[in-house]
Amino acid sequence: MSAILVAKGVNKSFGAVTAAADVNVAVDRDAMVGLIGANGAGKTTFINMVTGYLKPSSGTIRFDGRELTALPPRRITQLGVSRSFQIPQLFNSLSARENLLVAVGIVAAAAHRWAHSDLTPARAGEASDEVLERFDLAAYRDREAGLLPEGVRKLLDVAMALVVRPRILLLDEPTSGVSADEKFAIMDLVMGAVRGVTVLFVEHDMDIVARYAQRVLAFADGRIIADGAPAAVLADAEVRRFVIGEAHA
Amino acid sequence: MFDLAAVLFDGVVYSSWLFMMAAGLTLIYGVMRILNIAHGSLYALGAYAGASLVGAWLAGGHPPAASYALLLAAALLVGLVMGPLIERGLLRLMYGRDEVVLLLVTYALFLILEDVIKLAWGVESLVVAEPYALPGNFRIGKLAYPVYNLILIGAAIVIGLVVAWGLYRTRQGKLLLAVIHDREMSAAMGINVARVYVFTFTIGAALAAAGGALTAPAIAVSPGIGVEVIVLSFAVVVIGGLGSLGGAALGALIVGIVRSAMVRYWPEGELFSVYLVMALVLIARPKGLFAAPEARKI
Amino acid sequence: MTLDRTTTTLAVAAVLLLAAAPFLPQWLVFLLTLALAKGLVVLGLVVLMRTGLVSFGQGLYFGLGAYAAALVGAAAEVLDAAVMLAAAVAGSAGLAAVLGLLLARYRDIFFAMLSLAFSMILYGLLVKSSALGSTDGFNLHAKSFAGITLPAGAERRVFYAVAVVAVLGAAWAVHRYLSSHYGRLATAIRDNELRVEYLGSSVFRVVFANYVIAGALGGLGGAFAALAVGHVDPETAYWTTSGEFVFVAILGGTGNVLAPFLGAAIFEAVRTVANQYAPNVWQMTLGIVMLALILFLPAGLWSLVARLRSVAR
Repeated sequence: MSAILVAKGVNKSFGAVTAAADVNVAVDRDAMVGLIGANGAGKTTFINMVTGYLKPSSGTIRFDGRELTALPPRRITQLGVSRSFQIPQLFNSLSARENLLVAVGIVAAAAHRWAHSDLTPARAGEASDEVLERFDLAAYRDREAGLLPEGVRKLLDVAMALVVRPRILLLDEPTSGVSADEKFAIMDLVMGAVRGVTVLFVEHDMDIVARYAQRVLAFADGRIIADGAPAAVLADAEVRRFVIGEAHA
Repeated sequence: MFDLAAVLFDGVVYSSWLFMMAAGLTLIYGVMRILNIAHGSLYALGAYAGASLVGAWLAGGHPPAASYALLLAAALLVGLVMGPLIERGLLRLMYGRDEVVLLLVTYALFLILEDVIKLAWGVESLVVAEPYALPGNFRIGKLAYPVYNLILIGAAIVIGLVVAWGLYRTRQGKLLLAVIHDREMSAAMGINVARVYVFTFTIGAALAAAGGALTAPAIAVSPGIGVEVIVLSFAVVVIGGLGSLGGAALGALIVGIVRSAMVRYWPEGELFSVYLVMALVLIARPKGLFAAPEARKI
Repeated sequence: MTLDRTTTTLAVAAVLLLAAAPFLPQWLVFLLTLALAKGLVVLGLVVLMRTGLVSFGQGLYFGLGAYAAALVGAAAEVLDAAVMLAAAVAGSAGLAAVLGLLLARYRDIFFAMLSLAFSMILYGLLVKSSALGSTDGFNLHAKSFAGITLPAGAERRVFYAVAVVAVLGAAWAVHRYLSSHYGRLATAIRDNELRVEYLGSSVFRVVFANYVIAGALGGLGGAFAALAVGHVDPETAYWTTSGEFVFVAILGGTGNVLAPFLGAAIFEAVRTVANQYAPNVWQMTLGIVMLALILFLPAGLWSLVARLRSVAR
């Protein structure tokens, strides 16, 4: 079994609100999984639990056999799990390049301890420029991150998440807040950069899901109501009712 | 046994005027997110204004019994004048800035007002003890206490109840609570946040001035009385939880009684005990005793 | 070793100040030593402000450093300035390492208030301690430096020279630190702590390190100030002293390690003049200037210097 991420019996409630109810998922290495569901269905909660922002009320989440639920986000990143954010989390007063320099600097400084990468402090500037090129952000190199257009901020957010050389990358709505024509451009750039990385991405745009996902998990009320190939899941009656929102199931 | 009673009584007296300071401070922070260092100057202004007014009244041969009302009137005057002046004239220019920057603005204001007071009233002490001595003393066991202290406690309780009633039972008060809870949402709902701000600051200023005015008869009013008061008030407000009226009351009680106990049993500890308590409370409850819960950020 | 402008300026300043040592009038030696000492404390503040934290309690370390130096003389009867300075730094860094474990977990107003609380605890202890002279404090004098006896009458000049070397040297070290990855990381923490944690780095460690640096610098500054004045009292730990350091930080700006010294020098100079001619409006002047700075020059006087530099290029 090549499952790199296994969630078993995961529950999470906030008082009367159930954000996760008996979630069981096994994700294979190098998989490309789309997470869909209405707002409040539990997709971001799931990502938050995997990456250590929240502790499940019960259940286990294992990455490569290691239990994640007791670890802080920092340790989870060091193990190889990285994420991007629905609202881009950048260093707004720094330039795009400096944002990447921070990320690269952290990895370079940790090279012996957990980063296992070729990045060194001396190469930091070069490496940052390479990342800017790869994500087509070179034009925004010296612009303040807080003033960049939303699509660019999203890409920068994802780029930073990849600098830490993760084995699993969780993307929280990578194309939200971005104009329709930019969405595919962003996904193309991101997918081009994630060779050898297992990817889970949350999406509301079903076209994106259909195009890029190899497997789809549909959430509703904290439960996974469908799990399989995109075509099958998107045609599922329950999914059509609770997620896609079509009147007739 | 009487010892303990004396300590408690002293503590409650101390808490009374501390509460008036803290209540205003916490309200201002809760609504406007400003930790107002100038509160100390408002306290001093209240003390000076109260002392001057009563002094002039008594010098004119008028009945001393009215001096208590005059003290409160002085406090109200200070609040009504300084409140809008400061809020409209200065703070309004600074909204939207970082909380710590606003803290520094009020610190600058405090520095300015300290000298303004010196220029207006000179550096000599002002002593107006008649209201303090007038009602005489009463006894707890072997110890004699000025009745004035009871008046102080009574005033604090009444003021506290009035503010609480005003906050939780009147329409204007509910607007304040709404703004405390979520400023942006309140503005979006059509609440005139600017009006709420000036109203809150005026009340806060009046409360600080009341603390000063009611303390004035018991002390020698001199420059610099605001300096130590302000740090103490901060401690109270932080212990109680920023923005919580109940917290201000509880914090004031804790600080008052701790200090009183120190004075009685271990005088060396008097000054630092309060800050130690504050540090301990913050360690146990990082946002104070009655702090508001926070929502998820990502 | 990179020879950027700041490093060159520091080196040139050190050489000039040292060369002038034998010729400066006594009052100027005093003023400059004080400006260097307080500038150092403010430098520590600036390091903290890079991570977004404003300490309203640097008086704790300033006072502790001053008293540690003085106690070495009074209690241990070692009248050696070098030992005094070392004791001040060791004591302050040690305390900062302990308090930092707690304080590095707080932010914004709470960090400011908690740091204020600890400085007031020290103040309270000092005032109530009759053994330490209570509100009067006590005197200190040093007769030697690192074993070398100081020529009588020239002690202050020697302290001044030592201060020039030590303080500007420390400033250079801080400059290297802030120009490195850790400086940028500090700004990143100020902007978005969450992201820093999610990149696998410990925010606590950086904040803690910066807090200890600020504490050590504060203590060293306090010792130099005590040596210059020849006296220590509890006022050094009072919250208004801490407030002054914050004021100078804003006056100078946080953009460069030279800024705190610019601010401190101007502050001490103006204070001397104000105390002579207008003592009753000194606080008001401070307040008005602070407001003006916040409104019109939020990046401090240094931003003016920086602007001039970029125009001159």
